[in-house]
Amino acid sequence: MAANYLHNGAALAQTVIPLLSWAELRQHILAEVEAGARLAAFFGQPATRERARLVAILAHPGEGNLSAWTANVDKSFNSLTPDCPEAHGFEREIWEQCGLKPEGHPWLKPVRFQPPKSASPGADKTAPIQPGVTDYFQMPGPEIHEVAVGPVQADIMEPGHFRFQCHGEMVYHLEISLGYQHRGVERALLNGPHRRSLHQAETLAGDTSIGHATAYCQALESLAGVQVPARAQALRAIALELERLANHTGDLGALAGDIGYLPTAAGCGRLRDDFLNLTALLCGSRFGRNFLRPGGVGYDVDEARAGQLHDRLQQAAKDAASAVALLWNTSSVRARFENTGHLAREAALDLGLVGPAARACGLARDVRHEFPAGLYRFCQIPIATFHTGNVFGRAQVRWLEIQRSLAFVQEQLKALPAGSIQTQLPQPGASLAAVSLVEGWRGEICHVALTDASRRFAHYKVVDPSFHNWIGLALALRNQQISDFPLCCRSFNLSCCGHDL
Amino acid sequence: MFAIDTIFHRLQRGCQTMRYPDGPAPALPDRHGGGLRVDSAKCLPGCSDCVPVCPTRAITRPGKGRLKLDLGNCIFCAACVEACPAKAITQTGDHRLAARRREDLQLGPPGAEQVRLAAALDGKLLRLFGRSLRLRQVSAGGCNACEADTNVLGTIGWDLGRFGIQFVASPRHADGLLITGPVSRNMELALRKTYEAVPDPKLVIALGACAIAGGPFSGLPPVHHGASGLVPVDLFIPGCPPHPLTILDGLLRMLGKLEGKAGA
Repeated sequence: MAANYLHNGAALAQTVIPLLSWAELRQHILAEVEAGARLAAFFGQPATRERARLVAILAHPGEGNLSAWTANVDKSFNSLTPDCPEAHGFEREIWEQCGLKPEGHPWLKPVRFQPPKSASPGADKTAPIQPGVTDYFQMPGPEIHEVAVGPVQADIMEPGHFRFQCHGEMVYHLEISLGYQHRGVERALLNGPHRRSLHQAETLAGDTSIGHATAYCQALESLAGVQVPARAQALRAIALELERLANHTGDLGALAGDIGYLPTAAGCGRLRDDFLNLTALLCGSRFGRNFLRPGGVGYDVDEARAGQLHDRLQQAAKDAASAVALLWNTSSVRARFENTGHLAREAALDLGLVGPAARACGLARDVRHEFPAGLYRFCQIPIATFHTGNVFGRAQVRWLEIQRSLAFVQEQLKALPAGSIQTQLPQPGASLAAVSLVEGWRGEICHVALTDASRRFAHYKVVDPSFHNWIGLALALRNQQISDFPLCCRSFNLSCCGHDL
Repeated sequence: MFAIDTIFHRLQRGCQTMRYPDGPAPALPDRHGGGLRVDSAKCLPGCSDCVPVCPTRAITRPGKGRLKLDLGNCIFCAACVEACPAKAITQTGDHRLAARRREDLQLGPPGAEQVRLAAALDGKLLRLFGRSLRLRQVSAGGCNACEADTNVLGTIGWDLGRFGIQFVASPRHADGLLITGPVSRNMELALRKTYEAVPDPKLVIALGACAIAGGPFSGLPPVHHGASGLVPVDLFIPGCPPHPLTILDGLLRMLGKLEGKAGA
């Protein structure tokens, strides 16, 4: 393994990361992606006013490892997107944050409507920013109409702006504009870790607190060069699967609700509450706040508590099976789920989709399997895939994962390793780079942390699975009825705050 | 077959809605801790161990003055409880946290050890909203956890509808706003417009540490310090995120629906 290759949850010295010319790096990324690699992260680190350093993290599922590459770029660079569509969002982000123009990008526009980083070339921090005000794709034609929705949505949900180009009820194109939830968390993490950093990681996406906190802690631990005790690793995995269970069950209930099938909507809504309460049994918070600590976990689970968790899971598993079985056996439900929101396998592959949305298109992508870290190195969960790529497929994948997570957690609770739950965490090493991947319930979470000579974060990059997947929702809406938007949207259930950071 | 399955499933389930507030409130998880109590009289002289450990700077001890804890900006991590050598800050285990005035969330001085719980609305507003309250929810830069636990109130276990409280799609149909998040600058205009679209008289509820004071994001340049700098707020519900029971308690308290109830 070359020096610039590393495993998930490991760190390497920044000096071993090759510095290529952009032409070389571009060629290399294209060749690797052609050979099956994925762009896990791609971002710019503003160096001086005139240039920035581009950092690419490639994930190689075949080898189970990751590699880091850099190139210095002045003002503009030849866009990857026309030859590697999965780079589209990353390049828009680099343009917005660093002011470097990806020449030839087919649809260059702001990602989050945020002011540029201070050292960026051409940074103008005084210009007023109007979120959502940008170019949108428009279809000409006398009977074409445009529907604009948001940022304030019609339900209790996060803000986003959606533009539909419609002919009658038929959607020809959907464009999604986000950024309303932008809080500046990546920038707040700079020069950290601070007292508040863990809490900000937990609130990158509040429904994925465990997922993001695990990615953050794993990055910090690899920078400090410590191993987390086995017991803490097991408890982290249990919490991560409980988070998946709560959200997947809630999604199945909400999907049923969106088509007006109330028995499952009611049953799964209630079950989601139960699963959140199981996380609260671990640490008091239904979202797992404060459970993870850099170096381990904050709360232990004794035998009585493990037994209680196990028994309550057993009951929940029974209730879930009975509530969800109704979905598959009801013909009116199947009629609404099948043939709705189809996304082709090739599109999912080209756009670099992750998580259940990708697995429902038949792509066997799962960090727990491809890049295992922590407990997943020893105990594996089979990947749940389906082949239809539609709402039905995304619901099926969730149900398969619910069953496997339930079995996994119950098994782990019976065999918790003995020992401590926390190890002392020294300061991060100087001038290191760490990459940390976690399979959150929405898919691959990627955190990249770079430290400076004074052992502080010189750069911190967060890639939420939603960042890859929003474009998948837009494509799934093509040739659908606009009234199916809520159903399609729910079948992806993507995060705005995770995307907007 | 599926029709029979569905009916059987329904019969098997029975009624799952909790008895609260007619019955006692469901217990909080044992590790939850509930609200905080601050006895600044117990503070050791010169000690300010709790001040630097607070991630949101919710605790201050100006000069040699009394300890003050702003429960509005508190994310309930309990770091201060662990740090305090004199047990001046303790967890109460109480789910009731909502207040009508911002200053009622400032804890510390004698007589203000705990949160001063919200009073019911006054005569005219109570007559208007007491039996039917329609709310428009606006997410403005938070993390979606407050939204998630507000959604839980709509499930059969809690059944918010039985109190006449409902979330509606349009601000024109609403009696008030329920705001979550610190109010990102990118949501400022949308929040103002939504507020203006609600007919008078209207209520505003700030839900969670972010919407009250910024929470984990307080002080970051792309966000405001919560909703009250932009619109007048009538009810503050602390937490990060608040437990559904805390949210429900706040709503019912404001509507005077807990008076004389076992769950009050």
